[in-house]
Amino acid sequence: MSLARILGLLAVLVAVGLLIAAPTMLRSYGVYLLALWSVTTIAALGLNLTLGYAGQISLAQGAFVGIGAYTVALATAAGVPYFVAFLGAGLITFAVGWCLGYPALRVQHHFLAFVTLAFSTLVFLVLRNEQWLTNGIYGINDIARPKVFGLSTNRNPDFYYFALGMLALFAGLQWWMLRSPWGRAFVAIRENPLRAASLGIDVRRYTLMAFAIGSAYGGFAGALYAPLVQFIEPNSFQLTYSLKLLLIVLVGGAGYFIGPFFGAMIEILLPEWLRFTQGYYLLIYATLVVLLMAFCPKGLVGAVALIAERRRKPPGRAAGPGGTLGPGGAASGPAGPAGAAPASPSR
Amino acid sequence: MASFLQLLVSGLATGAIYALVAVGFSLLWQTSQTINFAQGEFVMVPAFFVLVAMHALGLPFWASAIVGIAAAALVLGLLFKRIIVDQMLRHGVLPLVVSTIALSLFMREAVKDFYSSQAQPFPSLVADRDISLFGVVFSAQSLALLVVAVAIVAALHVFLQHTRFGRMMQATAQNPTVARILGIDVERMILTTFLVNAVLCAIASILISPIYLAKFTNGETLGLAAFVAAIIGGFNQARGAMAGGILLGVLDNLCAAYMSAQYRSAVPLILLVLFILFRPQGLMGRVEERTV
Amino acid sequence: MLGLTHFAARRGVLGGIALAGVLMAAGLPARAADTIFIPNVVELSGAGAVSGTNWRDGITLAVEEINAAGGILGKKLNVPHLDTQSDASIARAQVQKVMDDKPYVILGPVFSGSVLVTMALAQQNEVAEIVGGEAAAITQRGNAFVFRTSFGQQFSMPKIANYIRDGLKAKSVAVLWVNNDFGKGGRDNFTKEMQARDIKVVADISTESGQVDFAADVVKLKAANADAIFVYTNEEESARFLKEARKQSLKGALIGETTLLSQKVIELAGEAANGVRGHVGLSSDAPVPALATFAEKFKKRFNYANDHNGIKGYVAVYAIKHVTEKLGKFDSKAFAEALHGMTITPDKEPGILMEATWDKNGDIDRASFLGEVVAGKQKIVEVLPKLNK
Repeated sequence: MSLARILGLLAVLVAVGLLIAAPTMLRSYGVYLLALWSVTTIAALGLNLTLGYAGQISLAQGAFVGIGAYTVALATAAGVPYFVAFLGAGLITFAVGWCLGYPALRVQHHFLAFVTLAFSTLVFLVLRNEQWLTNGIYGINDIARPKVFGLSTNRNPDFYYFALGMLALFAGLQWWMLRSPWGRAFVAIRENPLRAASLGIDVRRYTLMAFAIGSAYGGFAGALYAPLVQFIEPNSFQLTYSLKLLLIVLVGGAGYFIGPFFGAMIEILLPEWLRFTQGYYLLIYATLVVLLMAFCPKGLVGAVALIAERRRKPPGRAAGPGGTLGPGGAASGPAGPAGAAPASPSR
Repeated sequence: MASFLQLLVSGLATGAIYALVAVGFSLLWQTSQTINFAQGEFVMVPAFFVLVAMHALGLPFWASAIVGIAAAALVLGLLFKRIIVDQMLRHGVLPLVVSTIALSLFMREAVKDFYSSQAQPFPSLVADRDISLFGVVFSAQSLALLVVAVAIVAALHVFLQHTRFGRMMQATAQNPTVARILGIDVERMILTTFLVNAVLCAIASILISPIYLAKFTNGETLGLAAFVAAIIGGFNQARGAMAGGILLGVLDNLCAAYMSAQYRSAVPLILLVLFILFRPQGLMGRVEERTV
Repeated sequence: MLGLTHFAARRGVLGGIALAGVLMAAGLPARAADTIFIPNVVELSGAGAVSGTNWRDGITLAVEEINAAGGILGKKLNVPHLDTQSDASIARAQVQKVMDDKPYVILGPVFSGSVLVTMALAQQNEVAEIVGGEAAAITQRGNAFVFRTSFGQQFSMPKIANYIRDGLKAKSVAVLWVNNDFGKGGRDNFTKEMQARDIKVVADISTESGQVDFAADVVKLKAANADAIFVYTNEEESARFLKEARKQSLKGALIGETTLLSQKVIELAGEAANGVRGHVGLSSDAPVPALATFAEKFKKRFNYANDHNGIKGYVAVYAIKHVTEKLGKFDSKAFAEALHGMTITPDKEPGILMEATWDKNGDIDRASFLGEVVAGKQKIVEVLPKLNK
């Protein structure tokens, strides 16, 4: 094990340790924000799969979060146990994602963006207009927080640990997925769709899968969002929210596994850091995003990667993921596990 | 029947505006793969340029309107292209998409913080009167709006199809590499589309602001409408975007009257999805030959 | 191999920095000992920005006046403004945040959804929250810490309903409303009141906020041919509707609630506003000199004309001043108890502008007016006394 690897592991441990210890150092507001960060990160992780790995723009991630949130809110109010509703939220959003992506991806590359844009607005209209089901514009109040292993999560620190645990679970799942033959196919497609296709990867099926799984992540995030805020309304899940998630993924670094963690942190904490600027923080945020995209289009993590790459001898990019994958991504090349995550998303 | 005509005419007027904005939108996409999520704000902002020229510089309305259009061409055309688009385009479509989203946020917030959060009255080109014809009542304003918008789109069409310069622009849009080989100054063509888009937006802004009032939120619905209109019309055709815009305006009214008012904004979107499924090249578009 | 670990290392470091950021942000002392902390959590960006900025500026005006005169019980007011971005989850976060600093009273939000989320926190922490929301549900949940600054829709709609029945003697009515939480709430309460009075609702038309083209809606209203048409939308939309109604010569009395008769709508709609009738709640156009003076001060300070949210914010701060001075101490819980059932009159507290009473639910009661637009001016025809008089 190299020194760098040990250092890296140590750093991850420190970060995790800090996240676990946070509630003892923070007041309830800080804990609430961190819980919101965990939930947002799950949604962003899903979008990153669609966007960063499958290379498709989805403008409906916010709508999927909404569907997940409403599923849980309505089901638990009807007496369904929370975790059943939680799984239901994921399944429903997966199915909807599949149905939505199937025709859109049949046609042309950028059409998923258009279809999801329409879908996003349609979901809002249904949530608002079908009052018999969703309580319409008034939203749903008093959403109960779940009991986890018999423990109540009514207090913010408890819910935070629950959300953090879920984040760890979903992040771990994605980490594993990207390392599976499957995940490497995603990367291959992103790197060079034509080459991936010529290697026998069914590009459309994998892209669709990535989108559906990404949507399910949105649904799961929604299933956590509802009990966290304990109130949901259609307005929260409009197109603006989807655009916000898109910003999060790109600011963090699309196609980098850890990008969404940072993107979400910036989005949620920046208003806090910029509070001294009074009402101008959105202006500053917007300017920073444009600057970041101009000078480092691969986002924050991409910027760090670039600096890191320049310092060291050029990594084995020649043996990029596409080259190391056999049909279906069964073979694994010399790039090993590291090849999958930070491989540069350049086109 | 009279009420149907009434709806049709009103819808046409709204649709003509969508068309103006959508044409610029699709031009940008064609020549530089720019999906401009700030297009709505591009229409919202010029009205404030005009207001500043009137109130801060004390110019008369017509002079202010010229100043507004010039400022739009400079800021939303030239600077937008030089500072933002040129920087990002080499990195692919995504960073640019994100930048335009951020830009739209920036413009909304800037107008709200530095001008006003309240809707501002805006001088009208024509007197606020109603004209009655065949049992249908038109407001002079929306009639003028319709005429001007249609005239501009028609002029643009003639320019693109029947002038050398316009044809060069189209060639650039269709295949920049070949255009370059043919000796077309591709860079200049692209810049021109940005200027044309900015001017179209500014004109739309001046046309609608007497009715919409100048307000920082105006861009939200407009931008989305332009986006949808451009897709319905076929992303790669200026006249398709025009037809898409007009169809959208008319449909909106007919749906609200004869179907469901609560779902009036859903119909164009469902239409959009149907188009993507069954006629992905759009109303008037051709099948795109380029891969990626 | 190296690349990955490198990132992991960076991630740890960055994560640490970010977390330190949270710690700093959350740990900053928000108040000094000699000021009194009354945070204002309100919609300053997003869909609610127009109402929110009005509300904020009304508050700012009151705070400046009170602080210039020496504050409350010798303490200056510290009123930071926190943006909810018109989003319930952020509203909740902001209220959570200010709760950590032991606020005396909380001001805002205006959006009813955000009010419903945050008032639960107010109750838990036993801090009064003076809100701008008008949805009926807010004061029907047995929360002893939430207070309104304007009529809830369950109070304003009966007044209109009575007028339609007794004043207009209408047999059928159409309602045109904006489909957001303000409009939908009003529409639901209105229809309920109509049913209770056996007046038939012949058309029920939803419109979008920001809608420009009202041709279709007017066509439908013409077909419905109702005796009275109740219009419940925001200012700009109201004005556009009135113009379209006039264009298509729509028959039937046009009835509104506060907004439709406001000076802003009259200004925007021009002649089309003439003949509009309805109920006027809190408005600078009401025939109350104090309100007119307030409007002048507001205009001078902020360079735009306030709407009712400006008045609401202003009155909220003066209510705090009055109650606290009466109590003689800063005690959040006692404040909430004292405000229930309290009547504040302008001769005791000029900043309250109009006599106001808060009942046991936190609902406010004031006098209001019936008005009509005549020749481009709002004319008050009748003063409606407070409900419980």
